[in-house]
Amino acid sequence: MFESGAVGALTGCVVNRQIVKLFAFIVALFAVLIGFTSYWSVFDAEALKEKTANKRPLLEQQQIRRGRILAADGTVIARSIPKGRGDSLRYVRRYPEGPLFGHPIGYSFVREGNSEFEKFHDDELIGEESEFTSILDELRGRKQEGNDVVTNLDPAAQRVALDELAAQGFGAVVAIEPQTGRVRVLASNPPYDPNRIPFDLRELNADSTSTPLLDRATQGQYPPGSTFKVVTAAAGLDSGTITPETTIDAPGTLDVQGQPLSNDFSQSFGPISLDTALTSSVNTWFAQLGEQVGEDTMFKYMDRFGFGSTPPIDLPDNQVYKSGLFGENRELLGPDDPVDLARMAIGQERLAVTPLQMAMVASAVANGGKLMKPQIWSRVVDPDGRVTKSLDPAEYSQPIDEETAAELNAAMQDVVTAGTGTNAAIPGVAVAGKTGTAETPFNESCGGGSDENQAWFIGFAPADDPQIAIAATVECTPLFGNDVAAPIFRDVAETILNGG
Amino acid sequence: MRSSARNRELVALVPVALLLTAGFAAVFAQENARLGNLSLVYGAYFLAVCLATHIYLRLRLPSADPYLFPLVALLTAFGLVMVYRIDADLARDQANWFVLGLVLFALTIHFLRDYDVLERYRYTIAAIGILLLLAPRLPGIGQQVNGAYLGVKIGPLEFQPAEFAKICLVVFLASYLREHREVLIVGARRVLGVTLPPLKHFGPMLVVWGASMFMLVFIRDLGSSLMFFAAFLALLYVATGRFSFVVIGMAMFLVGAWFFASTVPHVHDRVEIWLDPYNDPSDSGYQILQSIFAQADGGLFGQGFGQALITIPGTNDALLPAAQTDTIYSLIVNEVGLFGACAVVLIYLLIAARGFKIALLADDGFSKLLATGLTAVFAIQAFVIIGGVTRVIPLTGVTLPFISYGGSSIVANFVLLALLLLVSDRARKEAP
Repeated sequence: MFESGAVGALTGCVVNRQIVKLFAFIVALFAVLIGFTSYWSVFDAEALKEKTANKRPLLEQQQIRRGRILAADGTVIARSIPKGRGDSLRYVRRYPEGPLFGHPIGYSFVREGNSEFEKFHDDELIGEESEFTSILDELRGRKQEGNDVVTNLDPAAQRVALDELAAQGFGAVVAIEPQTGRVRVLASNPPYDPNRIPFDLRELNADSTSTPLLDRATQGQYPPGSTFKVVTAAAGLDSGTITPETTIDAPGTLDVQGQPLSNDFSQSFGPISLDTALTSSVNTWFAQLGEQVGEDTMFKYMDRFGFGSTPPIDLPDNQVYKSGLFGENRELLGPDDPVDLARMAIGQERLAVTPLQMAMVASAVANGGKLMKPQIWSRVVDPDGRVTKSLDPAEYSQPIDEETAAELNAAMQDVVTAGTGTNAAIPGVAVAGKTGTAETPFNESCGGGSDENQAWFIGFAPADDPQIAIAATVECTPLFGNDVAAPIFRDVAETILNGG
Repeated sequence: MRSSARNRELVALVPVALLLTAGFAAVFAQENARLGNLSLVYGAYFLAVCLATHIYLRLRLPSADPYLFPLVALLTAFGLVMVYRIDADLARDQANWFVLGLVLFALTIHFLRDYDVLERYRYTIAAIGILLLLAPRLPGIGQQVNGAYLGVKIGPLEFQPAEFAKICLVVFLASYLREHREVLIVGARRVLGVTLPPLKHFGPMLVVWGASMFMLVFIRDLGSSLMFFAAFLALLYVATGRFSFVVIGMAMFLVGAWFFASTVPHVHDRVEIWLDPYNDPSDSGYQILQSIFAQADGGLFGQGFGQALITIPGTNDALLPAAQTDTIYSLIVNEVGLFGACAVVLIYLLIAARGFKIALLADDGFSKLLATGLTAVFAIQAFVIIGGVTRVIPLTGVTLPFISYGGSSIVANFVLLALLLLVSDRARKEAP
């Protein structure tokens, strides 16, 4: 019952042992502190910087002069101006061109955050180097400064695109240089003025009818209509299912899965080849071609053109949507799902595509079958005026071979000279293209009218030496692709070709 | 031996003064983009004050531990630079308090040469401690800050009595446990496999528990309450060697804390914020979240002295609330990174190590327990606030000893240091 060891004099080693244990406990407690400090400051730091409640990274950036964003011709799209002095010095973003480049440049403000191009190229714009280089800079007393980023965007063409869209309705225009993937125009109507973001963000977000903050060029998901016949034709030719000479009998109406599938005015064409079928956009011809090509091959070629993946453009992933065939829960469908192949071949079914994706299709055909990665940026220029990085055009895929591309090119030229897309013609320049008019009756977003269409034109020019590939689309219009979209294509293409 | 201890102290003070000079130089360089010789002047003042203290120690406590004062001077120097970097006026106050703290340090050494006298007045000291704890709730002089009653204001004099009460409490406990430890051990009964202390002698223990609960409820000072109780358990463990007493004590504290956490809104909120700060990131969770965000920005090496954002530029809104007091550790992580913060934690650990070394060397019971208690309460205070801003435990308003802005904290901790050195001087003198 008596514990003699512990009852000894206090000076004994028993108490000392407890003191040592207590110290060990304190050491353990302090180790926990170091552990937590390491976690917050190093291991979890990146995640913490992403938290919306954390304004610190933005406030710190605000003290750095963010680099400018320039158009291809040197027009200043975004710049930062200093406000206040000393400790309260900060830079505020200004967009001298107003709504012209709201899309795809986006905005950068402390409270509202970064979006689109400003977000994607944030590291370059604020001059974020690796931790090691920034320590070296600090030792040398250099203040962090942002780099300028020069884009491929063409202000004149962008303005033409936006003005003409404004006259026709909501929609988008995307123009890409086929050989390099340089994005020359990326326009979305309605636009918004990024200078107003600090004041109007809430209202802009709340506007669910015109959704001005939606970049329709990369986030608009529309039925492609007959423009998709280019993909079907590419799959048919490249897989060897048909040659340009192969004829298919095209009646006025086909019975597909118990529902009639008709040509315009139920016109019957008899046995015709690709050229005629594309020129007159013959539904019954392409529906049969789609069924002949087969589901696996159709999806294979769609994948090669970039459907089903996020397009590899320099914009944040969550601001670039995928294109493809979507199921009821917005999930992407594939070759193992039951699909109405005949209707998919003519751009119906549950296809939803972005204007960017359709511009990529036109661009691949224009570039001899090679699809280049679409890129908005061109080069990064450091504060001393040195070019530190410049775009090295990269191939994304080769969906079709050169021969197929040439055959499609020829057929698409006839569309403009003798077919459904005559309004796209440019005097003295050979133009290749394809119209599309997807019927979207009773569509909520169009106000529920009965004769609303999604009008499209995709194409490239000059057809013999393609300099620019363009997709133009207008939502909720009673008119056809050739009436509203083809003229936009023509004027944007002309502006770019004349400027070059 | 005597002179060698003081010589080591003198040598150790030189790098401290150099560090202070370099620190001020860095802040000046950041603020004015040019280097004046003012930082040298500040460094020289600091070195002069430290030298005066050193000479005083040489005369009065020649054998005392040679590392404690330089380590504390290092923390103070670091604190001065950090506070100066936040606000030059606050740093001037802090420098004055540093000098005042040293005066009280010298007075303590002068009058408590024979610190055994404390044992004789232990109940008086306990009463003073309780009175100090009560003071913030007394009408007329009590001050409420952020829902907690922490301050006292008598005329122009403002202070936080809890800082001084902790010393009174340790003195009382060390003395009481020295006398009663044997009965606590011998009278212990085993009930259902658990060793329980004898009830008769456990009364004063219940008083300490009651005081902690009282602080939780009436002062609403979760941090001090935690600190007091942890120091009490540490002393109880060292004195009796009974781990089961600690377990019982902890259980009592947790039951009490749980009960009050669910009934006293202020305490309840603190715990809720700790568990889920993202629930209200712009209001109640703001301080702890900003504290963590500030650390996230520090990384391994930090942003450099004077680089951290404390207010939102262009406004007076705090980005890091209470940067000069509660969250100063987060500011340190932000500016000097994980490595700098580790250095700070290491200094506290070194001070704790020297403190416990003194307790090991001391050869009478009271000295041993006094040194243990003072060291433990000091280390636990550092843990409570650093743990608070790193979300190890709920964030409470305790100062980071010798670094945080605050007169009571600096002065009280210098008195604590004086007591430690007094114990040390005697222990080392008597050591063979």
